Amino acid sequence: MAKVAVIGVGQSSFVRAYPGSIRELAFEAYREAMKDAGLKSRQIDASVVCSAPEYDKQRTPAGLMAEYLGLNPQPTFYVESVCSSSSSGLRTAYALVASGLHDVVLVLGFQKMSEISSAESQERMGRGADIQWEAPFGTMMPAYYAMYARGHFEQYGTTEEDLALIRVKASTYGQINDKAVFRKAVALEKIMEPKYIATPLKMFDCCANADGSSCVILASEEKAKDLCDNPVWIKGLGMATAPINMAGRDTFSGLKCAQLAAKQAYEMAGIAPSDVDVAEVHDCFTIAEMMAYTDLGFAEPGGGPDLIRNKETYREGKIPVNVDGGLLSKGHPIGATGGSQIRTIVLQLRGEAGEMQVPEAKTGLVHNIGGVGIYGNVTIFGKE
Amino acid sequence: MGFEQFGIVSFTDTTKAEKFVEFLKNNEIRGTVCTECGTKFFPPRSDCNSCLSDSMDWFPITGEGSLLSFTKATFAPAGFEKDVPYMLGIAEFDDGMKVFGRLDKTLDFDAVKAGMKVKIRTVDLEEDRITYVLTGA
Repeated sequence: MAKVAVIGVGQSSFVRAYPGSIRELAFEAYREAMKDAGLKSRQIDASVVCSAPEYDKQRTPAGLMAEYLGLNPQPTFYVESVCSSSSSGLRTAYALVASGLHDVVLVLGFQKMSEISSAESQERMGRGADIQWEAPFGTMMPAYYAMYARGHFEQYGTTEEDLALIRVKASTYGQINDKAVFRKAVALEKIMEPKYIATPLKMFDCCANADGSSCVILASEEKAKDLCDNPVWIKGLGMATAPINMAGRDTFSGLKCAQLAAKQAYEMAGIAPSDVDVAEVHDCFTIAEMMAYTDLGFAEPGGGPDLIRNKETYREGKIPVNVDGGLLSKGHPIGATGGSQIRTIVLQLRGEAGEMQVPEAKTGLVHNIGGVGIYGNVTIFGKE
Repeated sequence: MGFEQFGIVSFTDTTKAEKFVEFLKNNEIRGTVCTECGTKFFPPRSDCNSCLSDSMDWFPITGEGSLLSFTKATFAPAGFEKDVPYMLGIAEFDDGMKVFGRLDKTLDFDAVKAGMKVKIRTVDLEEDRITYVLTGA
């Protein structure tokens, strides 16, 4: 497989309500990534645009973004896998470059969630599920993940406090990430207050909706050597799916799509979980990060609670996870999230992560899930 | 004709599997079984993804199931606000058939436990709507 590098990254601040339209929001990430890569728009051979539909009114957003970003007449199209859209976008862009069809491809993720209410946002998310057989009961993401939390508690004896410790970690790093929505530390007692959203998940077990954009620029080996001093290489990719309906699932204590995607990515990169120096995982809910610990092989089944209790997933621990605050602190602008995770890992491997830097990080991993494990994307990055 | 009556809110007017609602009106929960290869499906499918056939029969899901997981929603998506709090759950019945749905609102929500025995019953809703719930066995 041909070598493909990341030569530019950018993201907007993730905010509650962006004071502009989706095109202006997208441009923030685009500007940052293009300056990071030192490129002009005519040097981009194709773009992939990623978001979840029905949050804004723009149909066929790829066409709009190509115009506003200055990427006409190059090819562009829309890639969607709900919360993992920009990772699926990266996978698509990787294939375009690795095949030789294009040399430089840009992945633009965006989401403006503030145009609709919280309840309407959950209604959209409830339809990110089987609309014939499950959505008619009032499904929503917190409820689905809550069923997995219950399953995890039943299977392993995990507690609400184990999950709360994950939020404590997230809030630690939210304080030092100036792109995050939540910038304050949150105490364990506050997280444990019984403000249930869907039992056993409480308010602080859930990430917040946010407005944001992200941009990742990929290049072929030849172009990367030509254009970039510090390319970060894509070493492995994995993607897998699980039935969109709960009736099709085997168990409710882990995400099969993540397990399969991770296995593929590790195999392609030729590494084991213990070789990962820093990871970004999809912590849309605290339980999602807890499951990721095992799904990615960072802990044995049932070993997740110990990992967080022993602070092994803090920056100084054996496997730093979400030391940029994760979705829990950054917020989760659906289409932009994957690109933000990728950007963090790229900065880590370049040594440009500032206060969040994991010393001498050489191998990084991004775990980005769509819906309640409908889509699992795992991507591994390296310095060589 | 008929399928739009299913559930608390419907997003689907037309489906070849609309007979599901007729069975519900008769107090039955039915899945489909492929007449060519015998694969069973719940929720009901009109097309067999195992052998590609579209020749399906309907079979009843009866007896007791085991509750695998559940949650109590205290916040609802738009359109479902008046039901709050409501419980969602998933239970496994014979032949590995799993059924996802609301839990009966007459149950004591705090007494619901994983592993408890449940059965399915149909419930008439306002405005000519119909649904099913998981209830205590």
